[in-house]
Amino acid sequence: MNVLVCVKRVPLTGGKIVLTEDERAISTRHLGFTISPHEECGAEEAVRLVEGHGGTSTVLTLGPPEAEEQLRDMMAIGVGRAVHLLTDGGEWDPQATAAAIVEAIRAEPEPYDLILFGNESADAGNYQVAIRVAHALGLPCVTAVKGLSVEGANVRCEQEVPAGRDVYVVPMPAVLTVKEGLNLPRYPSVPGRLRAKRKPVAASTPERPEPRLEMVRLVLQPGSGKKAEVLGRGPDAAPAVVGILRELGLV
Amino acid sequence: MTVLVFVESPDDELSQQALTFARGLGDEVHAVLMGPAPAPPDGLGAYGVSVAHVAAGFAAYAPAAWAQAIVELVERTSPAAVVGPGTDRGNEVLAHLAAKTDQPMAANCVSLAEGDPPTVTRVRWGGSLLEEARLHGSPMLLTVAPHAVAAKAVAPQAAAGTVGAPATVSVEEFIPTVADADLLARVSERAGAVASGVSLTDADVVVSGGRGVGSAEGFAVIEELAELLGGAVGCSRAVTSAGWRPHTDQVGQTGTKISPEIYIACGISGATQHMAGCKGAKKLLAINPDGEASIFASADYAVIGDLHDIVPAISAEIRKARSA
Ligand SMILES: Cc1cc2nc3c(=O)[nH]c(=O)nc-3n(C[C@H](O)[C@H](O)[C@H](O)COP(=O)(O)OP(=O)(O)OC[C@H]3O[C@@H](n4cnc5c(N)ncnc54)[C@H](O)[C@@H]3O)c2cc1C
Ligand SMILES: Nc1ncnc2c1ncn2[C@@H]1O[C@H](COP(=O)(O)O)[C@@H](O)[C@H]1O
Repeated sequence: MNVLVCVKRVPLTGGKIVLTEDERAISTRHLGFTISPHEECGAEEAVRLVEGHGGTSTVLTLGPPEAEEQLRDMMAIGVGRAVHLLTDGGEWDPQATAAAIVEAIRAEPEPYDLILFGNESADAGNYQVAIRVAHALGLPCVTAVKGLSVEGANVRCEQEVPAGRDVYVVPMPAVLTVKEGLNLPRYPSVPGRLRAKRKPVAASTPERPEPRLEMVRLVLQPGSGKKAEVLGRGPDAAPAVVGILRELGLV
Repeated sequence: MTVLVFVESPDDELSQQALTFARGLGDEVHAVLMGPAPAPPDGLGAYGVSVAHVAAGFAAYAPAAWAQAIVELVERTSPAAVVGPGTDRGNEVLAHLAAKTDQPMAANCVSLAEGDPPTVTRVRWGGSLLEEARLHGSPMLLTVAPHAVAAKAVAPQAAAGTVGAPATVSVEEFIPTVADADLLARVSERAGAVASGVSLTDADVVVSGGRGVGSAEGFAVIEELAELLGGAVGCSRAVTSAGWRPHTDQVGQTGTKISPEIYIACGISGATQHMAGCKGAKKLLAINPDGEASIFASADYAVIGDLHDIVPAISAEIRKARSA
């Protein structure tokens, strides 16, 4: 079976976010890059599905030339090949992103049985690229998948809801968005990293249409303005902590 | 100007928040309800709804089909905006509606400024950052970020017929025409929840451990304190990635969002993605040897030092206080 997973390169912010001067991006001068944990689980699942059922796994990203790093990372955990839709690094809105992904999927030599996405992108959180892709390709779409098994021509998906787990059984090909917790992604091995360097990346440069959800600027959340009260150092602070818990009626 | 609101159920707080948000956008608020047995929408009048459209005939949740029902209503009632709650289903149904109508959609908005085009402010990074964006679409499609506005009933004294007056809801049932393809993805079965102790979402006390705990076994002291306080155990992603705890314990952007009376974070540095999950905590106590750790910037109380000494000392002190 052929499985595609779509991932998005994002900055790995630490304890504090700093914006660029034009306020249109996060300042990444001191930051590394990553993808959403949801998407990592998607890549792990793609690898496992192919290990179990044969076929090919492919990772796709729409992003700047540097996003090849994220494609290689996913190939290092076992994804077979990569598709890179190159951008100049500017923001693509979800409609444009979906359209470019749809075009790339249509241009692939073989059809996919499963197309996996993160439930939402780490940075933009638009909650829609996968659904737009499914709609354009005329495929069913299940979101927030936390359990997945292939049953013949169908895929059985489980979703966590407050009252339990909702089950969907859809025919393949299908589009699924997955959530962290679906599996525990493996760490790349050294041979895996070396192999990833030689795996093929098919690159193309789609044209960016005018955005219809047009990002104007980013705005930092106001700080909490809190100044933590230091209750003490080491175990000697325990009575002070219990004092606080008592105020809250917990002791 | 009519605004159509997708309501998950009349007593759902996040749907009520979406209705409250929608009242600020138009002078007439319609609701659309779906499901195997949609609850009677009478109570919606208190939220300013004049017409409740009830789609009949859905045996189970089927996101594309539910969106198709809204497509029909949009064609019939030409709303200026369609608004949903920023829930899993709200975002999903609105995204299907956006795909079907080829319109832009803004998820998790906190406000909207009029203009041509209007500008929405929406959350990014799970709430760590906001974005202002122009929404070039008609109708405007958006969801409302949870707790961006409080659910507010209309003022009962407002004069009848004016905006903000409680309305008598006229209920209009309809049977949408849905293609088989839109029913492929539908809930076919509800498997029960495995109840185990206090749930992270509802707990009044959450005691969390991060990388500083050092190992799966190290969580024994965290579990002990949580149990003494009748609370739940949480953790950071460093911990779930290491396989020390299951992902169901993870607090944060891609984990669970919690709102306890007090959150006790032990050996957690305070990455923005972790803090995105515990913003709702009323009080935050952080235990960390690194006085510069960014978690202290959002904490109410700090204890500086090694959690392996401090947490057992707190547990011992609680036992002492209780036996006195
Ligand atoms: C898109 C995205 C989503 C994410 N979602 C989440 C999420 O949902 N939840 C989440 O938690 N993370 C999430 N992360 C990961 C996040 O960025 C951090 O990597 C993670 O929160 C770090 O966990 P930590 O604080 O336990 O580890 P670290 O950052 O390594 O911090 C460990 C802390 O322990 C302290 N320490 C060490 N020894 C001791 C000791 N003996 N006693 C007390 N303290 C000690 C150290 O001083 C340090 O402050 C996400 C990341 C991305 C990119
Ligand atoms: N630039 C991109 N390149 C590849 N996949 C993407 C991109 N943006 C979004 N996606 C995919 O679509 C999912 C949902 O994104 P969003 O609709 O922005 O929340 C993400 O988790 C990714 O799987």
